[in-house]
Amino acid sequence: MKAYSLFKKDIQSELRTRYAINALVMFILVTISVILFSIGSEKISEYLTGGLLWVVIFFSAMSGLSRAFVSEEERGTVMTLHLIASPNTVFTGKLLFNLILVFAMNIVIALLYSLIFDSFVLKNLSLFIVAFILGNIGIASSSTIIAAIIAKAGSKGTLYPVLSFPILLPLILTLLELTKFSIDGASIGESYVELTVLICYNVVILTASFLLFDFIWKD
Amino acid sequence: MSNYQVKVEKLTKIYGRRLIFKDITFCFNQNGIWGISGQNGSGKSTLVKILAGIIGASKGSVTHLLGEKKITPDKLHEHIGFVAPYLVLYDEFSAQENLMHVCKIREVPFNKEKVDYLLNEFLLYDRRNDEVKGYSSGMKQRLKYIFALMHSPKVLILDEPTSNLDSSGKETVYKIIQSEAASTIVIIASNEESDLSLCRDVIQLEKYKMIHSEEGL
Repeated sequence: MKAYSLFKKDIQSELRTRYAINALVMFILVTISVILFSIGSEKISEYLTGGLLWVVIFFSAMSGLSRAFVSEEERGTVMTLHLIASPNTVFTGKLLFNLILVFAMNIVIALLYSLIFDSFVLKNLSLFIVAFILGNIGIASSSTIIAAIIAKAGSKGTLYPVLSFPILLPLILTLLELTKFSIDGASIGESYVELTVLICYNVVILTASFLLFDFIWKD
Repeated sequence: MSNYQVKVEKLTKIYGRRLIFKDITFCFNQNGIWGISGQNGSGKSTLVKILAGIIGASKGSVTHLLGEKKITPDKLHEHIGFVAPYLVLYDEFSAQENLMHVCKIREVPFNKEKVDYLLNEFLLYDRRNDEVKGYSSGMKQRLKYIFALMHSPKVLILDEPTSNLDSSGKETVYKIIQSEAASTIVIIASNEESDLSLCRDVIQLEKYKMIHSEEGL
């Protein structure tokens, strides 16, 4: 409940300051436009469109998700958070905020993508939806803990993608594989291994985050 | 005797390679106003931040006890009120919204009567619905007192309590500090004579160490 109140505070703050939303919307529009211009009238393969979708999602996440902690650090309100909530509450609240942001952002990207690229046809939509949900949880969890780590650093802008890349790589690779499967029309049973990898990834990241956040938050 | 105690044992803080203070030991075991003073850079603010659980110590321990019960670090914020010039509230919210959000996050009921009383005391009642970004530095400092007091903390930590305040603001702060001291441990970190004159005892930080206080804390 405390975490939900912190999440509500963050949503209200975001709606007023547009700290992350503006950056995300602009980034999504620019990236999809660049892809469109670079493709021109070429016909690209289904697999390539599936791959490009996750490229857009990865870089959009890099541009907006660090804001949860960076904005508090830059505005100097971190100390206020220390004084009103326990580390667990802070992490859960920020995670909820990033989850909502990731889901909203990725739904918009996926819809725009399917409207713009004719070759992006999913034969097994339900598999893609399961992968999409698990993937979004993974992106939000890992981005939140990385944002907490880099928030205190001097060169946040560079550090975030550098630190995120190796952590998100196994997730993105698995998601690419699952997107390929859903384009091919493979069943959920046939994608069991990849889906298990996604679930394990989320469990590991979330557990490690809750265990480590105390130390990151204190100093 | 208070049922709340703040025990500090062999506290050392090192930032990078720089020693801030070493082996500080004291205990605040009674309600009242306690002072911490020392030259600029002597570690007053660092010490109060450690006492409030905002940052960790390099060595040693800070123990908050309520009766016989030790307060765990994740519950410590419920017992602490903190005011400092470097504390920043949310600019995009009004004073009232800031206080309401804080109450919801702390999961304490929003005591409208108490908040209105404090808003009146600190002359912010008429501006309570204005966004904090439009406040002067003195008004922001007054708002921090309401933020620190509204959940009735057991320990009130004030770092440079009168900074940014005009004379009427200072008077209000002194009045509130003295009334809170009857039921609360108030810790003031300051070099101002007028602030330290309120204290029953003052810990002096000098050359990385604590100079022994009058009461032998």
